[in-house]
Amino acid sequence: MGVEPAGPETLLRAEGLRQVYDGRVVVEVEAIEVRAGEVLALLGPNGAGKSTLMRLLAGLEKPERGRLYYKGRAVEPGDRELRAAAVAVLQRPYLWRGTVRYNVEYGLRVRGIPAAERRSRAGAALDTLGARELEDVPVNALSGGEAQRVALARALAPRPEILFLDEPTADLDVTVRRLLLADLERIVSDAAPAIVLITHDAAEAFALADRVAVFEEGRIVQTGTPAEIFESPATEFVASFTGAEFLLSGEIAETGDGTVMVRLDTGQRVEVQGSGDAGLRVKVAYRPEDVVVVPAESSSQQTSARNRYPARVAHLNPSGGLVRLRLEADGLQLEAMITRHALEELRLEVGSRVVAQIKATALHTFPI
Amino acid sequence: MDLLFDALSEAVRLLVSGDPYLWGIVGRSLLVSSSAVLLGLIFGVPLGAWLGLARFRGRGLAIAIVNTGLALPPVVVGLFVYMMLSRQGALGSLGWLFTIPAMISAQFILAAPYVAAITLAAVQSVPPELRLQARAVGASRLQAVWLHLREARLSLMAAVAAGFGAVISEVGAVTMVGGNIADQTRVITTAIVLETRRGRFAAAMALGLILLAFAFAANVFITRIQQAEPRRRRPPAGRPPRPPRPPLTS
Repeated sequence: MGVEPAGPETLLRAEGLRQVYDGRVVVEVEAIEVRAGEVLALLGPNGAGKSTLMRLLAGLEKPERGRLYYKGRAVEPGDRELRAAAVAVLQRPYLWRGTVRYNVEYGLRVRGIPAAERRSRAGAALDTLGARELEDVPVNALSGGEAQRVALARALAPRPEILFLDEPTADLDVTVRRLLLADLERIVSDAAPAIVLITHDAAEAFALADRVAVFEEGRIVQTGTPAEIFESPATEFVASFTGAEFLLSGEIAETGDGTVMVRLDTGQRVEVQGSGDAGLRVKVAYRPEDVVVVPAESSSQQTSARNRYPARVAHLNPSGGLVRLRLEADGLQLEAMITRHALEELRLEVGSRVVAQIKATALHTFPI
Repeated sequence: MDLLFDALSEAVRLLVSGDPYLWGIVGRSLLVSSSAVLLGLIFGVPLGAWLGLARFRGRGLAIAIVNTGLALPPVVVGLFVYMMLSRQGALGSLGWLFTIPAMISAQFILAAPYVAAITLAAVQSVPPELRLQARAVGASRLQAVWLHLREARLSLMAAVAAGFGAVISEVGAVTMVGGNIADQTRVITTAIVLETRRGRFAAAMALGLILLAFAFAANVFITRIQQAEPRRRRPPAGRPPRPPRPPLTS
């Protein structure tokens, strides 16, 4: 998390940002930057300070300390140029009284755009969101999904360089959420503003973002591409927040060439890619989708997985097209995710004997 | 009962016949009270908006003072204005005592707190997130405040009606500073008192009916405004609650 020199494509950069509410530090970020055309996701649980950081970056709030740079120039909250370039959609976007058109034109009106151009740009923004037919509808008559799309159109109409979206799908049901995510993907590819997406949903962040900054208690604990975050979580928090399960704790028994052998407290040994000193207490993390389940009778087949554990299916939990299995292997509990189709093909049921296999490269250790 | 019925039927006849004495008084009342409310708006809306939006030390005390203004006794206001405008008073040189401007001044003092208090409540009923969202779309602070007032505009219209209702029916202040001079400063309320004392109940009743009609119209206006919002669907972002409505008193 060192402070790097700002690159030429950096639109917005914050250094040493700190915000305090009622004596409690809610944001403390050493450095963060938003680059032209990228989608940066601020990922973290509710209450981690993501929205506060968004307001600070958008120049809507004065930090207790820290500096904000827009295109290399130090700016204060409310800076005229930053205000013109950055638009934010709040978590519960407030639509003001009047028609959808009045709302969508608002950002253009405050920028002094003439009426004719306002009208055409507002129409184009509504077209992008597939909401042109709502133009003359009073906002009071909109559904939740429509209101969210109108709020997005209002944000897009001024063609911002940086678009902040605070939990844009938080209050929406599954169907509307899927439609809005499709809209967002289109905006990302068509309009090409830099987007800062605030979300608590790792899947949403990984699907849309070029870079992800994981947030924990006001601090950024890891920044990287979705693949980097997913495959090499820097901390136990990042791993668990992005969907990893934890094996029991253990101790590094041996170190090898790019791998360590961990002896779990339950007695099993597990080989993990990585490094560490022998004797170090660690937790081992994996993702359920990386656990390969094979029936016990066919487990002798050749496999590159070094970690193989005979187990019994203790529980089946169907979820959509996938099934989550809880496996028990001599005190060791493992979670595995397989498709419904695979479940039927393998004829698995509670009590079935299986072998669970996990590659060393799919495991991560975190010091306790 | 006969007296009441006879007075009522005579009152209706006077009104329908377009009695110039009666309608002259009605016109004067409208002039005085409307002017007072207009001045009350010019002074009360910015004051109420400022108290609703700004955060400063002593704000609570300022709001309490404005709310106390809702209970100002008209005769006390009349006394204060009388003393200011009397020959020895600070504004005695204006020569306004027992003139229309004096009556407007007194009613302005009565109307302004109503306008300010309702404006304050209306402004506070709009969620502060509105201004944050406006600024997030590119508005300056001033533009965001203007949008905030626009959101509260229906309730601000109620302030006009409440202020008008408060002053059109008061009698104490206008009697003291206007003097109830025929064809000059006589208004509906002072005329009702006079005509009743003279035993001309029909004229008093006719003026009373007009006064009731004004009060009724003001209340209908306020009620329509207050009922207009709940009939609409709440958007997901949430609409502001209605501001509390102060009572219409004289």
